[in-house]
Amino acid sequence: MKAWLPSLLRLALVMLLVAFVTNPGWFVPLLKPLTENNAPVIYNQGSLLTLTLLHLRTVLIATVAATIVAVALAILVTRPAGAEFLPLSRSLVNIGQTFPPVAVLALAVPAVGFGEKPTLIALFLYGLLPIFENALTGLTTLPANVVEAARGAGMTGWQRLTKVELPLSAPIILGGIRLSVVISLATATIGSTVAAKTLGEVIIAGLLSNNLAFILQGGLIVAALAVLIYDGLSAIERYTARRMGREAE
Amino acid sequence: MIEIEGITKRYDATTVVDDVSMVIEPRTIAVIVGTSGSGKTTLLRMINRLVEPTSGIIKLDGADNRSLPGYELRRSIGYAIQGHGLFPHRTVAQNIATVPVLLGWDKDRIKARVDELMTLYQLDPEAFGPRYPHELSGGQQQRVGVARALAAEPNVLLMDEPFGALDPIIRNKAQEDLLAIQKRFGTTIILVTHDMEEAVHMGDKIAVMDAGKLVQYAKPAEILAKPASAFVETLVGASERPFRLLSLGRVRDAVEKGSAEGEAIPGDASQRDALAELLWTGRPALPVKGADGKPLGRVTVDGLVKRAARPA
Repeated sequence: MKAWLPSLLRLALVMLLVAFVTNPGWFVPLLKPLTENNAPVIYNQGSLLTLTLLHLRTVLIATVAATIVAVALAILVTRPAGAEFLPLSRSLVNIGQTFPPVAVLALAVPAVGFGEKPTLIALFLYGLLPIFENALTGLTTLPANVVEAARGAGMTGWQRLTKVELPLSAPIILGGIRLSVVISLATATIGSTVAAKTLGEVIIAGLLSNNLAFILQGGLIVAALAVLIYDGLSAIERYTARRMGREAE
Repeated sequence: MIEIEGITKRYDATTVVDDVSMVIEPRTIAVIVGTSGSGKTTLLRMINRLVEPTSGIIKLDGADNRSLPGYELRRSIGYAIQGHGLFPHRTVAQNIATVPVLLGWDKDRIKARVDELMTLYQLDPEAFGPRYPHELSGGQQQRVGVARALAAEPNVLLMDEPFGALDPIIRNKAQEDLLAIQKRFGTTIILVTHDMEEAVHMGDKIAVMDAGKLVQYAKPAEILAKPASAFVETLVGASERPFRLLSLGRVRDAVEKGSAEGEAIPGDASQRDALAELLWTGRPALPVKGADGKPLGRVTVDGLVKRAARPA
């Protein structure tokens, strides 16, 4: 494959996605055959652009929160003082992952009401595990002589963490964030069952009115977002790995 | 001056370092030799408190090394380890500047010091300063590691098998560089190795450790001539002993009157090198020249063989 081909495909996908969410009217002829009885072709109860941005915002908030908590937890349990909390934190984070997001929604609604909040809680819990596990791997597989040199040079615990341990683990932690984001992008759609403004709204509307065009456009936007974000984060990850001199590994 | 007084380190029931006392004179090189598990690295790491002793005191220039917080103490002591331990995400210049930055030196002073050390180690600051460690050869990485340890002008430099990962040719060069730099800065160096050859070559004094105990602490010639125990004798290597003894002396000290044929050997070369040259070329004598190229006399096989014999 030519080297420029992937970049060209990515660019085409970005342009297609932007065109679709800003001017969905252009695509009516394409989607028309999927509808019956003169049903609307393009989602008509809200703008696709707004829904896409709200979808991204929900994922962003949940991922940032999950990253802060997961990385903080990983740092805590890799310090000598926090080592005994490792099994406990592992179990907690695992429960977050195994508990189905739908069930979290069902449980969260009575507590915090309908809307974005229960979705954020579900995504946050669901996104913790990959970030936590990767941060743990990153922080425990640092080259021993580098950590030793940092201590020997007279760095305090905090300086070692911020100047050596976190920068060197950054590529691995980013890998966890990437997984978490992609999972969250897909999972966020079910938030619309409890009235969160996400692209799930389009899919659910399609299911309710038996409109294949709605289902397809909701699904395709989410898929395109996931592919592009995955790609972008992978590129950042590779760049950081190079910067941290870990490319050989 | 470093005074180690009755230092013991125990991990549960295992005694790793057992009641070691020794004094290291300022501006000298002390080499700690031993097999793996002899406690030599632990002893070294107790000097800058990477390991806290179970009992005993270590004094640096008269002051207990526990009078400062550990991290501040370590900033004042150079530390170089096997496999260099350079920070892979920092440039060569940033690596060397590590301790000066921690100490809060101003920018100009740091840059001047980094440039000085890089020049000293034959690394062009312009070319190598902005590179990353993985772009360097093994020998260059090792030099940067030592330069980093020396950056804050420490009086004491601790080295844990610093040349262990180098091939023999680069190792010799690195040892010579270190000796030259030690002379220049007058740093007190404590070097840990398992290589008796290196110990004899580098050390003003050698400390031999076995199973946590300090078995013998003496000048190289004495270790070779009067090993304190069978263990030291094994470590010295009975078949290597005469040659190691010769390697301690310079050719200029073994010069006899007279002349000889062939290429002259410099007076600064070791007597061992002279003997090797004589044996290899099958000649009975070699001419010796001074640093200025003037002939000093000659060395003979007979003369060197006498010097290689066990001292009375």
